[in-house]
Amino acid sequence: MSTGATEPGTAGLSGAGAREDAVLQLQSLSLSFGGLRALSELDLRVGGGEVVSLIGPNGAGKTTVFNVITGVYEPSAGDVLFAGKSIAGLVPHTIARRGIARTFQSLRLFLNMSVMENVMAATYGHTKAMPWESVLRLPRARREEREARALATDVLSFFGQRLAGYRWDQPAYSLSYANRRRLEIARALATQPRLLLLDEPAAGMNPTETHEITELIARLCTERELSILVIEHDMHVVASCSDRVVALDHGVKIAEGSFDAVANHPAVVEAYLGRDPEALSDAG
Amino acid sequence: MSLDSPLPPAGPPPPAGPQVGADEWVAREAHRREYLPSWLGRAQRQAERVGWWPRLALAGLAAAALPLIGLGGFQLQVGIDALVVALLAVGLNITVGWTGLLDLGYVAFFGCGAYGFALVSSGQVGANGIHLPSYLSIPLVMLATAALGVLVGLPSRRLVGDYLAIVTLFFGEAFVEFTNNVAPNTLGGPNGIVGIDPISVFGHPITSNTGYYLLLVVVLVVTMAVLRLLEFSRTGRAWRAVREDPLAAGSMTIPVDRVKLMAFAFGAAVAALAGSIFAAQQISVFPTDFDTPFLILIYAGLILGGAGSIAGAATGALLIMVIYDGLLRSPTDSGYLFYGLILLTLVVKLRPWRRLGLVLGATLALGFAVHAIAAAISARAVAGSLSSTGWIGSALRDWVIVPANAATAGNWGFVALVCLLIALVQVSSRTRTILLPPTLYLAAFVWETRLSVEPAVTRQLLIGAILIVMMNARPQGLLGQRRVEAIT
Repeated sequence: MSTGATEPGTAGLSGAGAREDAVLQLQSLSLSFGGLRALSELDLRVGGGEVVSLIGPNGAGKTTVFNVITGVYEPSAGDVLFAGKSIAGLVPHTIARRGIARTFQSLRLFLNMSVMENVMAATYGHTKAMPWESVLRLPRARREEREARALATDVLSFFGQRLAGYRWDQPAYSLSYANRRRLEIARALATQPRLLLLDEPAAGMNPTETHEITELIARLCTERELSILVIEHDMHVVASCSDRVVALDHGVKIAEGSFDAVANHPAVVEAYLGRDPEALSDAG
Repeated sequence: MSLDSPLPPAGPPPPAGPQVGADEWVAREAHRREYLPSWLGRAQRQAERVGWWPRLALAGLAAAALPLIGLGGFQLQVGIDALVVALLAVGLNITVGWTGLLDLGYVAFFGCGAYGFALVSSGQVGANGIHLPSYLSIPLVMLATAALGVLVGLPSRRLVGDYLAIVTLFFGEAFVEFTNNVAPNTLGGPNGIVGIDPISVFGHPITSNTGYYLLLVVVLVVTMAVLRLLEFSRTGRAWRAVREDPLAAGSMTIPVDRVKLMAFAFGAAVAALAGSIFAAQQISVFPTDFDTPFLILIYAGLILGGAGSIAGAATGALLIMVIYDGLLRSPTDSGYLFYGLILLTLVVKLRPWRRLGLVLGATLALGFAVHAIAAAISARAVAGSLSSTGWIGSALRDWVIVPANAATAGNWGFVALVCLLIALVQVSSRTRTILLPPTLYLAAFVWETRLSVEPAVTRQLLIGAILIVMMNARPQGLLGQRRVEAIT
């Protein structure tokens, strides 16, 4: 992480103390699809052990930021630094192996595989056994299989009764919506990440489950020492879990700071509610 | 982790015991429906209590015992063909069933294996030919074909679904053209390669069909065991993860492109193994052995048995080949199958019993009435002879009319039968009961006049019919797992 400080490109973008432990840094990141600028000149920093929330109206480019970080899209300009090293242009599985895991807004589980297999599949990048080693049950394959299972058990038990033992052999499609969201987080944890990108983890959940998610994010941060970048529409979740909030609109960062500061920022209010409430009420 | 159950029910149950909520109930209900109906399902459950490898070993032993109890001649050849197709279906399952890549050029890998083995085990190349021992030639051919599989798989990095299917189909067609036209002195053109050496096992060349049958049983069992061990390893999980969602798989550290190419390579290697044994058993290879109709048979087996399941792929392929190659060749055997299946379907599907009796009685009465009336009007209308022989033939003699111009009448009858069948699935239940007797009678008429006379066409039709019925009754195949598709 400290290598980030020696990287010349990072100088002057943020405070000296912040540079020291920046896990993720986006440097004037831009992405265009033809004439459409999905992201322009975006700067973003996630520090070690920090929870940063990304908010903004629909179509603001929040998920696009995730897609650029995880290598689904290659940025048109700018750079993505992870632990001080550029990861822009790398393929998704390499980025995942370096330590960035994500969940998906529209759930993307391996539906026809069992709960346990979903999680174990995510250990692929950290295991090395070749096919013939698996077939012949050579020591390395057996050890890795044991470790993968132990890791999967560990991340699944993070959710307590919700993903308890008797569910492990059930296919993922048999899970309820909320449990599918939890399984996505468990699967992401199995890649042994340092940075977790959560795309609307509380979408479609009831108030109790939403509250659980908020607690979960805090636990991930403290118990697993993860840095977390989270996209969320539920402002209760955003208010209670984030260290910092970044607001996007039309691919541009419009505000950054504490939740209260961002929530009351005129540009954010305008992005969500439209321009000049007085003028609107006059017209009405 | 034990060998026989890769996913044991791990962990202690939650203290209060699992609470069965609505979701859980639905899940268990879905799980229950995974099994075949009635006693077949109970047998399946009992079989599952035993580990997979005792089951596989038992099935292998049973198959190996068949020649001992008097399987011979034609039946043995059917068995060999069925085992070759089963081996191919098990290999195809890697790309299609697990990795979800629609590979329509698969039969070309089989051809490459057969031609490769033929070239290095015959007098075809050079003055004296190359006669490699089979413990060298078969691994060599498998490796070379696996490398070719990687090359053919390269488009799968960019192409998915229909696009990949078309590109690989081109490859399959190109193989047939290639072997037909390129280097006729080496590949033999349409005359193929003849005089291929037999496979030697521990120095003993296998020359009898019984020998090849047993070799194929052993090879199939070992391949299935290897693939089963692979299925629940990190490689197998990666294959299935790529099938389920390539984007998510990539984000979960799985190198999607490499995993796809690996699936192509493994599938091609299994096909090459099957091709080598096929070439040695046939002693000759011809381009037409590796044409698209054969590919369709492999796919039919895989789909019937259940794509994604090793046991399903093997079972489906064996079943398809025994029906297609064995039973449907002789009119008498195919007659048993035809009438037997119709009766079975009626008995299983027609409820209440009164309705079943009504339909059967009406069909019988209709037949005798039509026969009597036709005979009274014109002798020519019943002048033809039934194609069924034996007791079926004598039982139906006064029931089915076979006119003197059986072929023409049969053709018209076939068109009418298709129309009636289409009508049958559209109308209400009551009308269907009324329409059933004439349809059944017409089916018997068409069978006796036309279908059983033309087994080459009929067996294609029947395979199609079996797949249509299967798709409606059990879309996941005989032993396959029900799959859900993500809606994104």
